[in-house]
Amino acid sequence: MAKTAELQKISSQVRRDIIRMVTMAGNGHPGGSLSSTDILTALYFGVMKQDPATWTRSGKGQDMFILSAGHLAPVYYAVLGRAGYFPVSEMATLRKFGTRLQGHPSIEHGLPGITQPSGSLGQGLSAAAGLALGKKMDGEDNYVYTLCGDGETEEGQIWEAAMFAAHHGLDNLIAMTDWNHQQIDGTVEDVAGEGDLVEKWKAFGWNVLECDGHDIAAIVAILEKAKGLRNGKPVMILFHTEMGHGVDFMAGTHKWHGKAPSVEQCEEAMKQLEETLGDF
Amino acid sequence: MDCNMKKYIDTGKKDTRSGFGAGLYEAGKADSRVVALTADLKGSLKMDAFAKEFPERFVQCGIAEANMVGVAAGLAINGKIPFAGSFAEFITGRVYDQIRQEVAYGNTNVKLASSHAGITLGEDGATHQTMEDIALMRALPNLVVINPCDFNQTKAATIAAAKYEGPVYLRFGRPSVPNFTDPDEEFVIGKAYVLNEGKDVTLIACGHLVWEALQAAEALEAEGICAEVINIATIKPLDEEAIVASALKTKAVVVAEEHNSGGGLGELVAGVLARRAPTPMEMINGGDRFGQTGTPAELMAAYGLDAAHIVEAAKKAVARK
Repeated sequence: MAKTAELQKISSQVRRDIIRMVTMAGNGHPGGSLSSTDILTALYFGVMKQDPATWTRSGKGQDMFILSAGHLAPVYYAVLGRAGYFPVSEMATLRKFGTRLQGHPSIEHGLPGITQPSGSLGQGLSAAAGLALGKKMDGEDNYVYTLCGDGETEEGQIWEAAMFAAHHGLDNLIAMTDWNHQQIDGTVEDVAGEGDLVEKWKAFGWNVLECDGHDIAAIVAILEKAKGLRNGKPVMILFHTEMGHGVDFMAGTHKWHGKAPSVEQCEEAMKQLEETLGDF
Repeated sequence: MDCNMKKYIDTGKKDTRSGFGAGLYEAGKADSRVVALTADLKGSLKMDAFAKEFPERFVQCGIAEANMVGVAAGLAINGKIPFAGSFAEFITGRVYDQIRQEVAYGNTNVKLASSHAGITLGEDGATHQTMEDIALMRALPNLVVINPCDFNQTKAATIAAAKYEGPVYLRFGRPSVPNFTDPDEEFVIGKAYVLNEGKDVTLIACGHLVWEALQAAEALEAEGICAEVINIATIKPLDEEAIVASALKTKAVVVAEEHNSGGGLGELVAGVLARRAPTPMEMINGGDRFGQTGTPAELMAAYGLDAAHIVEAAKKAVARK
């Protein structure tokens, strides 16, 4: 597994990939992609046991991941591309007709690494719970991970899944929330007033961990801690993040939830993000 | 006039949901990948035998259908063959988007077990009586839509659904209805079953209205009209060839279903015939309205879903030739 400095290099490149992909596409979701970049980089390059060479959708004998917040497709594709699931050059096709990099993750278009479509929010946690239950039935000890947005947890199905996973003792399920406090129409607090997510997940019978979602060493450590719990309860890691993190004019606002930078803005962002692995 | 019709015998009324339960049990015995899920309706879905024999493969989801559909998709990706069951309204309309994304678009090997379909759910009234589910489900790419006609065929269709690789919507009902198909006949997905050959009019039906169509054919024979009766047990993919061949022969068609007019089997068949063999058609369905409280028999009569109405519709269709 990659060391911290290496992970930081990857996440810097992934951020460049996100901005460049969305700029080329002319639309897409950069804000949440940037807030969850360090989480997914740590997961794919530092923690998760999943090999692109032997990956299959069924995930037998491997860890599995479902992106519940499907609009984070840019970061998902960038991480998968950098991890070797498909040629990085394909990132240039994001959201273009005929691409495997559909606007939201798709099975039908056959991009390796994708386990289940997402985009309609609040559903990935249920599918991840099904995967975790299946692994339990098979006596497999691998983990199932999923990433939700904090705005996404306004969906009622999230809490159906929360009850289900706790009731069935799915301690091989590690869910993560990109807690960036932003959604399309404004801050989560203004739009929906979710309240105390820590207490809510605890009340639903989950192990709840909190972590700085931009400290990549801490992310790796908290994921390893989550794996070690195995106490009959699923795990929710609430990652404190900043929407648009890494690009000063995009950071901390909902305004970049679903908007592409101009070419000039892209160039400005590139000055702030080191090219570490070579642009696609 | 003698139409040389095959006689079908009701071997004793049985509910089609029990056919599902029996098929689920058989499928579970035959294949350890079969898993059953329900949203607090184990007894209503007749899953008790399966749950008792295979408790490790029975998943109680509580009253949370949206989550159940997602969990079923996850289990399917894992390699299981999940049957997720609830009342027809709650496993279609309530979770349409979940089915669309997790089952149909994801093309997961999930079997949606849809009980208490249609108006004959009876006394619970319109909140529980979906007459729109066929329209919703047949609109989804990748999804196979099956509506067998009696206990025996529902059992066989359940076993066939388990063997089929891909998402399936399996529709059945609550009330006891005549059981008349061969208990040993294997169910073939996508095949129309021609139960009687005739030359004057084609009666096309699905679900328990197939029995009503057979009764109507007997009544029509007495009036000198020889009716062909086709059981469309698989609504999608539709056996277009059987429908077109019959329409070209009889030149008059009636479609009967326990479903509203919008998007049901009638409109589906009309679409096929408009393209390939324009034919005078009459429709027997629930119209464009909600159900209401009543016994199944009362509701069938009130909504015109019985043999007597099929006979009248057949005469009208014949007169339009």
